[in-house]
Amino acid sequence: MSWPDLAPLWLSIQLAAVTTVFLLLIGTPLAWWLATTKARIRPFIEAITALPLVLPPTVLGFYFLILFSPNSTLGGLWRDATGSALTFSFTGLVLASALYSLPFMVQPLQSAFEAVGRGPMEAAATLRAGKLDAFFNVALPMARRGVLTGAVLSFAHTIGEFGVVLMVGGNIPGQTRVISIAIYEQVEVLDYAQAHALSAILLVFSFTTLLLVYTLNRRAPVRVG
Amino acid sequence: MGLSVDIKLVLDGFRLEVSHAFELGGITALFGASGAGKSLLLRVISGLESGATGQVSFENEVWQGARFVPTAKRGIGYVFQDARLFEHLDVAGNLRFAVRRSGSDRMEAVVKTLDLQPLLGRRVSMLSGGEKQRVAMGRTLLTNPRLLLMDEPMAALDHARKTRLLPYIARLPEAFGLPVIYVTHSVEEVTRLADRMVVLAGGKLLAAGRVADTLARLDIAEASGKFEAGSVVRAVVMGQNTAYRLTEMQVAGQGLSMPASAVEIGAELRLRIRARDVAIAVRRPEGVSIRNVLKGRILELMQEPETAFAELLLDIGGEQRLRARITRASVAELGLATGDDVFALVKSVSFDRRALPKG
Repeated sequence: MSWPDLAPLWLSIQLAAVTTVFLLLIGTPLAWWLATTKARIRPFIEAITALPLVLPPTVLGFYFLILFSPNSTLGGLWRDATGSALTFSFTGLVLASALYSLPFMVQPLQSAFEAVGRGPMEAAATLRAGKLDAFFNVALPMARRGVLTGAVLSFAHTIGEFGVVLMVGGNIPGQTRVISIAIYEQVEVLDYAQAHALSAILLVFSFTTLLLVYTLNRRAPVRVG
Repeated sequence: MGLSVDIKLVLDGFRLEVSHAFELGGITALFGASGAGKSLLLRVISGLESGATGQVSFENEVWQGARFVPTAKRGIGYVFQDARLFEHLDVAGNLRFAVRRSGSDRMEAVVKTLDLQPLLGRRVSMLSGGEKQRVAMGRTLLTNPRLLLMDEPMAALDHARKTRLLPYIARLPEAFGLPVIYVTHSVEEVTRLADRMVVLAGGKLLAAGRVADTLARLDIAEASGKFEAGSVVRAVVMGQNTAYRLTEMQVAGQGLSMPASAVEIGAELRLRIRARDVAIAVRRPEGVSIRNVLKGRILELMQEPETAFAELLLDIGGEQRLRARITRASVAELGLATGDDVFALVKSVSFDRRALPKG
């Protein structure tokens, strides 16, 4: 048995890492807004956020393909600005993955922020902390389990993604050929040895990651300051 | 020094409408039954209720009205009923949270006054209810507040913990030179802690003034509940009767005793006497077991329609008042009327060790 080509695994990890960071940046303010707003539009935004949970990845991928196409407004603007197309690119994959994994980031974060509640934020205000100060030094650290859960779930979900990638990214080595696509292709060409090796690596990697997180989470809560 | 409030707030069908100039100094109790709007008023003063309309100003600063000053910039300290310590920080971390934002140099004084030294390294979740409140008070004091607002800080504590926490609260105004507004529905806490009181009922101001005067006024009964109604009198310790284990005192020149307590001779005490623990006789009674009999004159007599009871306000001399709650039948049988001289039989007395403030 030959040593498998690890490039697809490495690409999956890169994609998952970039997507998770991107989701932390946009998911955190969105989750905070959902947890604290009294606006009537909230259920609409919540429903949109949860859509990727129920839609088949192919449906999402199909819309992304149309949205990213250089003939569409967004795709055209992107190509004019950067000189390359969004479809079948790593950037396109990150955007699609981020939306696909959005509920996995936003829902744990929103629950965590709701669990923190108004109390500690009011206490922070009486201790002379402004709103941003209170958010970063009280709400966020108190919701750290939600942050960790959201990040791990988004990361894992992106690693395991298949349908959206296939539709938006295709199968370009080093660009969009992530591990799930590589395994699929190896099975197609009946190269079971390679498929076994990559699947086993993915299984062990995923299990180890989750085990690490649950072990850390079980320990006494991390203290800061 | 003063806080002037003229606000209106409608929240979930409850209407709070209060206009009052608080005369601050020492501890001012904000008193009333549950649901009277006390906590809500405190939240409006601190700027936590954005729905409130009207004016709030402190000393010469407008906090609400012409402009709205956010809570973080009002220079208030707030102690919540549930302490609200930050669980992701230890005790020292909670205290430093305040110091970092205020630059306070009081850390040592606060730790000493509230005995926080043994708690500093502890995790917040490992503290008892009373310890949590002490840390919360310390944290608040480290913001160098100009006005301290306390929202029933002892409501969640059992009796023993309350008794231990009370002296800490009592020494705050003097130790840090700041006025306190203290929300409570307990008459006991009012008499033990406060110099002045403001009474709320149904979202409206009912009465305000010195504690003794305000508590002795009959119309407070509505806010405090009949069985809590009572009066506060000042007494001087005259001596200890070791044979019968009694502490002998004088109230307005008249003798009064209670089961022996460790108080010094000459100390001034505040006694709280519940209205229902006072019976009335028209002649000095003989052959009864009650030892405490005070002579007085009926100032007010209020029959409570639709009930069996009547309330009397007595002048027992030395500008002191005593309140009694007896049946209307007794009033009729004894032929009581305003201006009559009577004898008040006091069945039980509770007291606070703290000497009265001057004035």
